[in-house]
Amino acid sequence: MIDMMKTSRRSFLKSATVVGGALLLEFALPTLGPALGGPAGRAQAAAATTGINSFIRIEPDGAVTMTVGQAEMGQGVYSGFAQILADELGAEWSRVSVVSAAPHPDHNNPWLDMQMTGGSMSIRAHYDVLRKAAATAREMLVHAAAEAWGISPDGLSTEAGFVVDAAGDRRFGFGEIAAAAARMAPPAEPRLKDPADFTLIGRRIDRPDLPAKVEGRAVFGVDVTVPGMAYAAVRNAPVKGAAVGSVDRASIDGMPGVIDVVEVPGGIAVVADRWWRAKQAVDALAVTFAETPHDGATTAALMDSLRAAFEASDAALAEEDGDAEAALADATTFVEADYDAPLLAHATMEPMNCTASVGNGSCEVWAPNQSPVSVTAAAAEVAGLEPSQVTVHTTFLGGGFGRRFEPDFVAQAVAASKAVGRPVKLIWTREEDIQHDFYRPAAVARFRAGLDADGNILAWTTRISAPSVMQHVFPGAIENGVDPSNVEGAVELRYAFPARRVDYVMGKTHLDIGFWRSVGHSHNGFFTEGFLDEVAAAAQADPYQFRRRLLAHDARALKVLDAAAEKGDWGAPLPQGRGRGIAFHESFGSLVAQVAEVSIEDGDVRVHRVACAIDCGMAVNPDSIEAQMESAIVYGLTAALRGEITLEEGKVQQSNFHDYELLRMDEMPVVETVIIEGGPPIGGIGEPGTPPIAAAVANAIFAVTGTRIRSLPIRKQNLEV
Amino acid sequence: MISLTVNGTRQDLDIEPETPLLWVLRDEIGLSGTKFGCGAGLCGACTVHVDGVATRACITPVEAVAGSEVTTIEGLSSDLGRKVQQAWLAQQVPQCGYCQPGMIMAATALLAESPRPSDADIDAAMTNLCRCGTYARIRRAIHAAAEA
Repeated sequence: MIDMMKTSRRSFLKSATVVGGALLLEFALPTLGPALGGPAGRAQAAAATTGINSFIRIEPDGAVTMTVGQAEMGQGVYSGFAQILADELGAEWSRVSVVSAAPHPDHNNPWLDMQMTGGSMSIRAHYDVLRKAAATAREMLVHAAAEAWGISPDGLSTEAGFVVDAAGDRRFGFGEIAAAAARMAPPAEPRLKDPADFTLIGRRIDRPDLPAKVEGRAVFGVDVTVPGMAYAAVRNAPVKGAAVGSVDRASIDGMPGVIDVVEVPGGIAVVADRWWRAKQAVDALAVTFAETPHDGATTAALMDSLRAAFEASDAALAEEDGDAEAALADATTFVEADYDAPLLAHATMEPMNCTASVGNGSCEVWAPNQSPVSVTAAAAEVAGLEPSQVTVHTTFLGGGFGRRFEPDFVAQAVAASKAVGRPVKLIWTREEDIQHDFYRPAAVARFRAGLDADGNILAWTTRISAPSVMQHVFPGAIENGVDPSNVEGAVELRYAFPARRVDYVMGKTHLDIGFWRSVGHSHNGFFTEGFLDEVAAAAQADPYQFRRRLLAHDARALKVLDAAAEKGDWGAPLPQGRGRGIAFHESFGSLVAQVAEVSIEDGDVRVHRVACAIDCGMAVNPDSIEAQMESAIVYGLTAALRGEITLEEGKVQQSNFHDYELLRMDEMPVVETVIIEGGPPIGGIGEPGTPPIAAAVANAIFAVTGTRIRSLPIRKQNLEV
Repeated sequence: MISLTVNGTRQDLDIEPETPLLWVLRDEIGLSGTKFGCGAGLCGACTVHVDGVATRACITPVEAVAGSEVTTIEGLSSDLGRKVQQAWLAQQVPQCGYCQPGMIMAATALLAESPRPSDADIDAAMTNLCRCGTYARIRRAIHAAAEA
């Protein structure tokens, strides 16, 4: 999505002030011209006028606090940002701590001009801003030291939390000189460090958030406590969009601790003095919901409606190069196949929750969220306040994966607090969480490819249909009828196809649709790399060598593909009943290739190993990159093997981990990661590991069984060796 | 009145006896390190020790642990517990971290019973869910703690 909105941004220093003896650097970023539209965009405009913030704070004792405006949801952004800032500043890592920023335009993603955590953008979008912020602080510290010593700042440097002179005779701790530094004129264009002198960037640095996480001290949203707070449990409308009908409050008369029954956006909540009591009461509450036009909705009907797009005559063009139809007519071999992928829930381990305190002319919200601007907008709307009257605290996130971009649960907490006149912590059950998600859209694709007599691809066409991701969040991103988040990963493929055409038909569902780790790439990576494997088979070519031929012009891609093949022992003999599959996919600025090694046991797939190569441009923390590859592979593998949300009578049928199963320890493959630093620009790491894994596994299953997997999840297939 | 010992401190609670231990720990006693994940004993985010045994607190009525010694992540002060936490840090296991208190409690109980667990032992004992996919690092950390 995001690359299309990317725009070149420059930050500039707004002011430097001493606050409580600390050097506080405040930055402002110019605003993006075109508004993104939607509630988030409108709130962003309003929020731009409120609050102050900083990236770096230096205490008199030399402790350095990095304020990070990106949500820490497991991806290691606190560590990555702090590494960049501390390295450029010359800070001592052991004196660096990280705090979560209040929402403020200073922390906007410079490419989008809004504060959000997603799109695997944190490091790549903020890298230059962070370095400039830290370099500015460093030069101000250096100038303050030079003035104190009565010498020229030339030759002074910073190291491990000190400003040192050229001879190494004199030094100031950052804390000693911070107040004086804040009075220095900030440099217009601070000099950035030579990357050859980096001491932290590129190293395996221990993440600063982990000690609290292994000791149970980390405060997630669900852990927030506010004096005087009550608790709320929710029953959301079983069919999305159904209004609350009748509520029989007498049905919970006498239940302990109940304070009130409150209608909230999307459902009904019971507020009680304890969450367990609220949950017991909301379960017991006699409530009806109104009929909706979607009470008969089924997954089968949804998939049929998407497949109808294969015959549509009015598809929107997403990409065209050459005359694919003419080239197909010239082909000696023609390959055609239909693919589909189901609706998916995010299932973050921490269920949706929010604590809200609505007062007289104010609203304070504690929410694990990926979009503080959306949280602000939702809270303001429900509270009947201006965005400037809303204060948002972003806690640690017990998983995000795109789900926490949405503020639906925030609106409910605010409504509950407003109704009962005291702070309320609202927590969804797992059942509510799985049945009221903003789902990864189901998607279908029809592919056609034509080959010449030598097995070379002449043309490649793709028709995709899926319900729109962008329609409700960033409607402005839809251009010429194409939602870029539905077609990403099916367009701009790096393969040398002489002619190609990709078109699209927007699907419809009454369900909420949202960002799900790697978004459109999550299905299109499976579709394109699965079909490409079919084409390789039609060409009687080795799947790895076939991809090499199509990437012969692309040294960077070849290097990634070769690294995965080598790590995955491509071509080496395997025991009977085992097979390998390969897939390559570019997303979020990174190139990833994976080789999966699988066997079939009792009709079920076992994934033993995944060799994963990633070129993400440069590595800020190699350990975080490896962790994200492991994570993205498990996330994608869970979906590939098991993941499916289905609908009957308009309702989501799955409800908890017994019927929306996640991979466990005993199913975790060995993941071996090769990191390639192919040079700038930096690529993302949170999502790019997910798109190839389903295809790598499906292609490995074909190698073992001869069966093509064209529909997910794989468990629906009756597999035999 | 239900009495139990939590992290060495006696607690006398006037509460519905069927209240799950999880919510007693979190909302009555104020120990929020034990997490709510599924409410059905499926994910293990709520794992605590009851008289040393790894137990899913979300499906354990508080009356069932009356008179018992309950240990939560906040009270994991044994040498073994510290070793496990150190191994978790050395392997940089957590990502979002939400499931990790439960994972650490499950791993500590495993190591108390089986000081040198095999991979199969780990697979059998560590049935907790992690959506971030930290399983490989958890396995390494358990082996490292066993050897520490």
